[in-house]
Amino acid sequence: MARRVSNRRKTLVTIVAWAVGIAIFFPILWTILTSFKTEAEAIASPPKFLFFDWTLENYAEVNSRSNYFLHFMNSVIISVGSTLLGLAIAIPAAWSMAFVPGKRTKDVLMWMLSTKMLPPVGVLIPIYLLFRDSGLLDTRLGLVIVLTLINLPIIVWMLFTYFKEIPGEILEAARMDGAGLWEEVVHVLTPMAVPGIASTLLLNIILAWNEAFWTLNLTAAKAAPLTAFIASYSSPEGLFYAKLSAASTLAIAPILVLGWFSQKQLVRGLTFGAVK
Amino acid sequence: MGKISLKNVTKAFGEAMVIPSLDLEIEDGEFVVFVGPSGCGKSTLLRLIAGLEDVTSGVIEIDGRDATEVPPARRGLAMVFQSYALYPHMSVRKNIAFPLKMAKMDAAEQERRVTSAAKILNLTDYLDRRPGQLSGGQRQRVAIGRAIVREPAAFLFDEPLSNLDAALRVNMRLEISELHQSLATTMIYVTHDQVEAMTMADKIVVLHAGRIEQVGSPLDLYRSPANRFVAGFIGSPKMNFISGAEAGKHGAHTIGIRPEHLALSTTEGAWQGKVAVAEHLGSDTFLYVNVNGMDPLTVRTQGEAGIHHGDTVYISPDAEHLHRFDASGKTI
Repeated sequence: MARRVSNRRKTLVTIVAWAVGIAIFFPILWTILTSFKTEAEAIASPPKFLFFDWTLENYAEVNSRSNYFLHFMNSVIISVGSTLLGLAIAIPAAWSMAFVPGKRTKDVLMWMLSTKMLPPVGVLIPIYLLFRDSGLLDTRLGLVIVLTLINLPIIVWMLFTYFKEIPGEILEAARMDGAGLWEEVVHVLTPMAVPGIASTLLLNIILAWNEAFWTLNLTAAKAAPLTAFIASYSSPEGLFYAKLSAASTLAIAPILVLGWFSQKQLVRGLTFGAVK
Repeated sequence: MGKISLKNVTKAFGEAMVIPSLDLEIEDGEFVVFVGPSGCGKSTLLRLIAGLEDVTSGVIEIDGRDATEVPPARRGLAMVFQSYALYPHMSVRKNIAFPLKMAKMDAAEQERRVTSAAKILNLTDYLDRRPGQLSGGQRQRVAIGRAIVREPAAFLFDEPLSNLDAALRVNMRLEISELHQSLATTMIYVTHDQVEAMTMADKIVVLHAGRIEQVGSPLDLYRSPANRFVAGFIGSPKMNFISGAEAGKHGAHTIGIRPEHLALSTTEGAWQGKVAVAEHLGSDTFLYVNVNGMDPLTVRTQGEAGIHHGDTVYISPDAEHLHRFDASGKTI
């Protein structure tokens, strides 16, 4: 009896999980399908699902009209750069908060997180003016800096939770063995936190890759990443759904591939403390 | 060389005074055991010597030099932790070589020392394994190996055997004692287990609430405890304490008598009582006897006593081994 109930439950949970998964994935699937349609078929009603004339003309058009490779490289530089810079700042910060906490450490952590609750548009004007006056508008360096700052609270929080899992006695043992602070971080702490650092790295590359608010507002052409590349296909000449879809597919493909190959690492990292 | 002196050392965590002013001399080559109930400050004291905690006031000298402000890495001491604290991402070989690597010793010398430590500790076959693939006893040996390769001025052990099962604990106890015999290096060993203290130490330091109650050789403490706390802490089973009229007869507030110093008879004796529990260990029998007007007494007899629950017995204290304490607990 108990077995039958649990089987029925299992089936139900599986169905719900698939339904949620398909609902989440559907827009992406639809975008990919639309990118292979002609503009006329893209807006056909009722919509055609799989039976249409498959064509690559949108990709050819998008490729001839804009420089995909430039935007792709911008995305890579901005997301990887901001993540590495963020890690360089966050590793020592999280170390000190995890292993030599002060009275206000908890407050500092909360305060850092609270900056994520502020709507970005609230600081758009001051940041825009700062960027304009310091010549950072439409530069990769400027975007690296702003995305580092935006994701830093998440990086510090994630690393802090991973570091918390490392027993303090092991670091004390390293100290007794003659390791200075630097050697302790390089030879003991960092290698032990590699799974955590790796998943933080992956998650932040994805977050930075997808970030659209700042990348759209602070770039024009030179430093524009793939988000701006997609946006350039939306409004001015009316909506061309098929071309927009082709651009979107080109923009999300690299990160989808990265996510696909690193999903094991990501899930393991995100549940690091919880399922020990 | 490993002579360690503590002068007027105190330690407070915020408002809480964990160690009020304390003086202690540890001679070179001595095996010193800090023993006391949990929370008595014995681990804190060890960590102060290691440099993992800062003293609130006072001076710590190692080999005559003031080491109070010296960071742990440069005190020349090696420590073995309760949790072993091995580096999980390194092989046994790398774990043991880590302190040598930190000292920037050349590779050939590192290899020579690791090999010889592994030989002493029977770890030669495990050098390429990770700590996760070892048993508790082997991990403990790796931790000791990591300590001995440095040839430190002194070894610090923080309850190193408490994660091991009983049989292994006895083995490791012997191994550590043998290691001390062969290295003749100062060892400071923290434990809450008075049996470990009695069996291993040259000198026992009994701590209670951050204070030193008594310092002495194991048999000194057993034969002439300075006060009631030490009398009750050292020896197993515990010393019996009797207060009131019976103590008054001996001119004391409390008298103490060890279970092995009570003579048992089924016919006559000083006190009459009923056996509540009899524990038969084969070599010994422990009897817990209810006597009118006293707390239950523990009696130890050799061999099999042939006495069981509910039997009436007579108990007589051996006057030569009677301990007398005043109202404050001090030995008279």
